[in-house]
Amino acid sequence: MKKMIETDLLVVGGGAAGLCAAAEAAGAGAKVTVIESDLHPGGQLVKQTHKFFGSKDEYAGTRGYKIAGILLDEISSLGDKVDIRTNTTVTGYYPEEGIFTAMKGEEEYYRIKAKKTVVATGAQERLIPFPNNDLPGVYGAGAVQTLMNVYGVVPGKKVLMVGAGNIGLIVSYQLRQAGVEIAAVVEAMPKIGGYWVHAAKIRRLGIPILLRHTIVEAVGDKVIEGAVIQELDDKFQLIGEPRKIDCDVICMAVGLTPTTELFWQAGAKMQYCPQLCGHVPFRDNTMRTSNPDIWVAGDASGIEEASAAMVEGRIAGHSAAKSLGLNVKEESFKEYWTRLDHLRAGEVGEKIRGGICQVLVDGWEA
Amino acid sequence: MTDKKANVICRCEEIEIDEIRKWIDAGYTNFEELKRILRVGMGPCQGRGCRDIILREISKSTGKPVAELLPGVIRPPVKPVKAKLLAEDNE
Repeated sequence: MKKMIETDLLVVGGGAAGLCAAAEAAGAGAKVTVIESDLHPGGQLVKQTHKFFGSKDEYAGTRGYKIAGILLDEISSLGDKVDIRTNTTVTGYYPEEGIFTAMKGEEEYYRIKAKKTVVATGAQERLIPFPNNDLPGVYGAGAVQTLMNVYGVVPGKKVLMVGAGNIGLIVSYQLRQAGVEIAAVVEAMPKIGGYWVHAAKIRRLGIPILLRHTIVEAVGDKVIEGAVIQELDDKFQLIGEPRKIDCDVICMAVGLTPTTELFWQAGAKMQYCPQLCGHVPFRDNTMRTSNPDIWVAGDASGIEEASAAMVEGRIAGHSAAKSLGLNVKEESFKEYWTRLDHLRAGEVGEKIRGGICQVLVDGWEA
Repeated sequence: MTDKKANVICRCEEIEIDEIRKWIDAGYTNFEELKRILRVGMGPCQGRGCRDIILREISKSTGKPVAELLPGVIRPPVKPVKAKLLAEDNE
């Protein structure tokens, strides 16, 4: 049987951006189907036990996992407009027929025909190569967060954290909250990448943050028993003496890269943009890609923060609903852009602004 | 410390960095060619783990920025689908 479902708007990814796109479009009256590969909706929000910064409009001061609950409440208040299908992965897009395929678990396979689609697939973790990186005990920071904050399992007793961006700093703090020791945080750059407030919290606990340092090798026979770290010069060449650190976990927090398979398959115009951390689709200011039926939102459009992802989701949902012929509040679009500009203002937004201007187009030719 | 330390880049197909560098040095300087010769990016994750690292290795070796390198063709499915499901779908 060729099973197929039909929907006005397909949202691929039920994280911060996808849930906002779904809420926005359903609020305007669209029938929405959200496909989420995880067992529960919320994406990375469900692992975020810390309070958000940013702006009141994007729930600053509220813990991440509670924001997921707020968005789901908004969606359920809209009645049965939104069908959220968890444990389901969109496995491909076939442009000849304009059809997506989806798989629930590993047991059910079907097609999805959507009038419009928002792809909010988020990001995947980057890794760096080093000898012995195949030993049990080498984790991505996302996996550590899932283990601890979703399932209540600690990954080990003593961790070497690689990367002092926000994720590395926050996960270090959360590990300590769970009673796990942090041997050190190493960071190849000459300065801390994350917010000072997160860095200050772990420094107050006495955790060393070693700038211009990297992991050169994992140590162990069958499992991780330690790591060798070394100092770097300005050109990222190893200098000084290698030093062994005792640990049973090496946690990699060296960045994310956008998840973009569906854009490639849809033939969307793409560009590699270092500031956005990978290949991303070109988009206009409604988040529409060069494929007129496909929008992008959240980390899939470039690595940023959940706050910005949520506003991008609103913009994409708003625009997709409008293109479905639904009545949307025109003034919302302007308001969302004001919020985005606010989140991206100042020195902290410099990198992201520099990236976005490379892939933002004035509009697509009809 | 043991004799040979693995440095695995494509975890699905268990391809190590030395192997990848060897083929890049031999002139296989795009992802698609390396995929054909080594099967990198052809396992369950379809390159999610290794593409990024391999593009950076090619960039280091050729001096071309990653922005100028082709990331390879990305086809469906993005994760393994049992042949049984496809067969049932076609009945």
